[in-house]
Amino acid sequence: MSTDLTAKTPAPAPPGKGGSATGDSLLHLMLDGMRRNMRQYGMLFALGLIVVLFAVWTNGDLLLPRNVSNLVLQNSYILILAIGMMLVIIAGHIDLSVGSLTAFVGAVGAVLMVNHDIPWPIALVMCLAIGAAAGAAQGFLIAYLGIPSFIVTLAGMLTFRGLTEIFLEGQTIGPFPEGLQKVANSFLPEVGPDTNYHNLTLLLGLAVIVFVVLQELRDRKRQQEFALEVPPAKLFALKLVALVAAVLTVTMLLASYKGAPIVLLILGILVVGFGYIMRNAIIGRHIYAIGGNLPAAKLSGVKDKKVTFLVFLNMGMLAALAGLVFAARFNAASPKAGLNFELEAIAASFIGGASMSGGVGTVLGAIIGGVVLGVLNNGMNLVGIGTDWQQVIKGLVLLAAVGFDVWNKRKVGS
Amino acid sequence: MAGPVLEMRSIVKTFPGVKALSDVTLTVQQGEVHAICGENGAGKSTLMKVLSGVHPHGTYEGEILFEGDVCEFKDIRASEHHGIVIIHQELALVPYLSLAENIFLGNEHAARGFINWNDTLKHASELLRRVGLSDHPETRVADIGVGKQQLVEIAKALSKKVKLLILDEPTAALNDEDSGKLLDLILELKKQGITAIIISHKLNEIRKVADSVTILRDGRTIETLDVKAAETTEDRIISGMVGRDLENRFPERSPHEPEEDQAPALEVRNWTVHHPIDQQRKVVDDVSLQVRRGEIVGIAGLMGAGRTELAMSVFGRSYGRYAGGTVLKDGTEIRTKSVPEAVKHGIAYVTEDRKHYGLNLIDTIGRNISLSALGKVAKRGVVDEHEERQVAEGFRKSMNIKAPTVFEPVGKLSGGNQQKVVLSKWIFAGPDVLILDEPTRGIDVGAKYEIYTVIDQLAAQGKAVVFISSELPELLGMCDRIYTMAAGRLTGEFSRAEASQESLMRQMTKDKEVTR
Repeated sequence: MSTDLTAKTPAPAPPGKGGSATGDSLLHLMLDGMRRNMRQYGMLFALGLIVVLFAVWTNGDLLLPRNVSNLVLQNSYILILAIGMMLVIIAGHIDLSVGSLTAFVGAVGAVLMVNHDIPWPIALVMCLAIGAAAGAAQGFLIAYLGIPSFIVTLAGMLTFRGLTEIFLEGQTIGPFPEGLQKVANSFLPEVGPDTNYHNLTLLLGLAVIVFVVLQELRDRKRQQEFALEVPPAKLFALKLVALVAAVLTVTMLLASYKGAPIVLLILGILVVGFGYIMRNAIIGRHIYAIGGNLPAAKLSGVKDKKVTFLVFLNMGMLAALAGLVFAARFNAASPKAGLNFELEAIAASFIGGASMSGGVGTVLGAIIGGVVLGVLNNGMNLVGIGTDWQQVIKGLVLLAAVGFDVWNKRKVGS
Repeated sequence: MAGPVLEMRSIVKTFPGVKALSDVTLTVQQGEVHAICGENGAGKSTLMKVLSGVHPHGTYEGEILFEGDVCEFKDIRASEHHGIVIIHQELALVPYLSLAENIFLGNEHAARGFINWNDTLKHASELLRRVGLSDHPETRVADIGVGKQQLVEIAKALSKKVKLLILDEPTAALNDEDSGKLLDLILELKKQGITAIIISHKLNEIRKVADSVTILRDGRTIETLDVKAAETTEDRIISGMVGRDLENRFPERSPHEPEEDQAPALEVRNWTVHHPIDQQRKVVDDVSLQVRRGEIVGIAGLMGAGRTELAMSVFGRSYGRYAGGTVLKDGTEIRTKSVPEAVKHGIAYVTEDRKHYGLNLIDTIGRNISLSALGKVAKRGVVDEHEERQVAEGFRKSMNIKAPTVFEPVGKLSGGNQQKVVLSKWIFAGPDVLILDEPTRGIDVGAKYEIYTVIDQLAAQGKAVVFISSELPELLGMCDRIYTMAAGRLTGEFSRAEASQESLMRQMTKDKEVTR
């Protein structure tokens, strides 16, 4: 670096109003922002490509409203798991037990609701508590006793799978109470006049759009209040338009069929909630810090053991939720439920930008990764590719996504 | 003695941006023990890496003659083939393999790829006996102490038909008894005709084993002295090690006048810490010191003196096993059993190893700065990103961190700028006491001056600063008071007026008499 102390730092651009940017520098700014988040934009781009590819290949069947609804329902439980898994991986760990835990909680739920007639809302809370306890037990072993997470959760994977079979006595138990089935399978209720569209979904979409726009505007205003540089107005407007268009497209697709699935609503709340926690809450920062550099985090006063413990507790709770959604969707708890779910969730996280060594990744990334896998599954089913080749292709996509990441990092030289 | 066995002539070695060796000449006589000494960073280890082929021929300038032949080693195997074996400070043994397996690692007694165990064990036993070890050759390395491990390294060297044995600070990690044994062995091997080069800080050791000593300073050979000669006193060696020109490299500092009636901001009493694994070894031994507000107090010591261990163990017991002592803040005893407690009491520790212990290199400047005090930019557990960014921008400007934005990952910054980020992080935490461990290591002169200025300002604001450094001019230029440490103990305390490089170095190299 320069030893010239008198060298002046470049004068900062006037804060606030940056509307005078020419088209050229606007593009430059956009590219600059994209380069900083190369991984996520890269995956979003890949997702777009995959969607277009299969939309053309299936003569538009992929984007039929009914199919989009299906896509959401089919992948909801993997996406719920992927959120939790992303946190685990950011913290520098892995959880192999979630597939088995999913099955186990589904089995416990079935025994409670079907065999013992416990009302489903009570059973739901009990199941979440059991999941949280299972996660906490594993988290305790990992965080406080220092047993590697790979080993603890591998043991958990075997244990919970075995317990599931013991619990179900090898049988499949069902059907579930109607209330719970509805949560997993049905759509928001219809209200108001017949408009050919699902009114409540339209309203909900509209509400989301208003919320997003207000939030973005408020954010921009706050940045200006703190005298921070903000992106030029044109770029900001472009971003808003893109966001609104994306929400609007999904809303219209869903509204022209039966409306938004209830699961989508749950998923939306989880994504926003966990996204906010990881970005803005102190504990979120601490998760990134212990995954990024554990000794440095410890010396900065981060309570690393407690944070690790909570991350696994949370994973257990989300696994329980996924287990109930899965069981309710198929209306039965089976000993073979949730097979390989952990691997799907892990793959979704890595496709979505997580790093093997921890400290990197976002909740939104996990969702993008999960949707990439979901669209691949769904698209390949529609065009009639057998499950054998599907696995090969998904494997290669995972390899390509992470390979691109490694290559990109080496090029940047960080 | 029959003439020189090794001659290194005009060796120059440059790393990107740094000239590690600028003109070193070294002549070692056949059958002698030759000591090399010099301050940290004088180029001792680099010179030995050039000799042993770690830095291969072609990456340095100059000429190496061994037994009269010009040598151009391309790797370690090549130098070992000639009988030159180096034993590094960090031992290169595989803990879960046996002594015999380690001794012949890479050099196995084997036929067609299969190891001949009878042969291996027999030879291993002989070699172990030669270095004075009676352990069974099938014992695992992990099950013997560091002192014995050092001897196993020598046995390994002997198995390679060593003619010139190089030991890089062999006793730095050993207790007195093990050190004594090792030095005796070196003398024993000398009788068997093995020439040795020993790098050491400890002058009493040099006096015990060495025949001659070469002093390096700032990558140059200063002189070679005959240890047995009457005029070779410890003072003579010390003045050779430190005698450099003092430039005006520090901000003007008005010496601090301590207010005697006020309790010290930080006081450590009878602090003792054991090594985390070798629990017989006291890494910090009964240390008591105090720092007042507005004062910069230096801790001088050579590598292995226990400075970092002292600082880290005081800072939330982040190192070793606590074995006694108390910490007082403003006159009242405080609990500092964990880092959060230490931080809460207003203590900050800026590590010497910023890459491993100071920064999350993959995260941004802004998030690194806020990490240890997120509560200050958060309400009810939620971080206000805008406020956080504003704080980071403030530090970027005031500390002159050279980066386009605070969103830049810290890993991309230069060493000096990374150090400014670590300092910013702890200044933001708002401590009363700052422990700075080698705050200018590995950064260039310009950035050093900036960091000195910041330290000076912190003291002027009434903070108590502990300044740990291996560079004596830096301590002399910045500190109001300086403690010296050697082998885990405090060996001296100097006011600004009393301290000189010579007086400090004398206390830094003071060690208990080596047991004979």
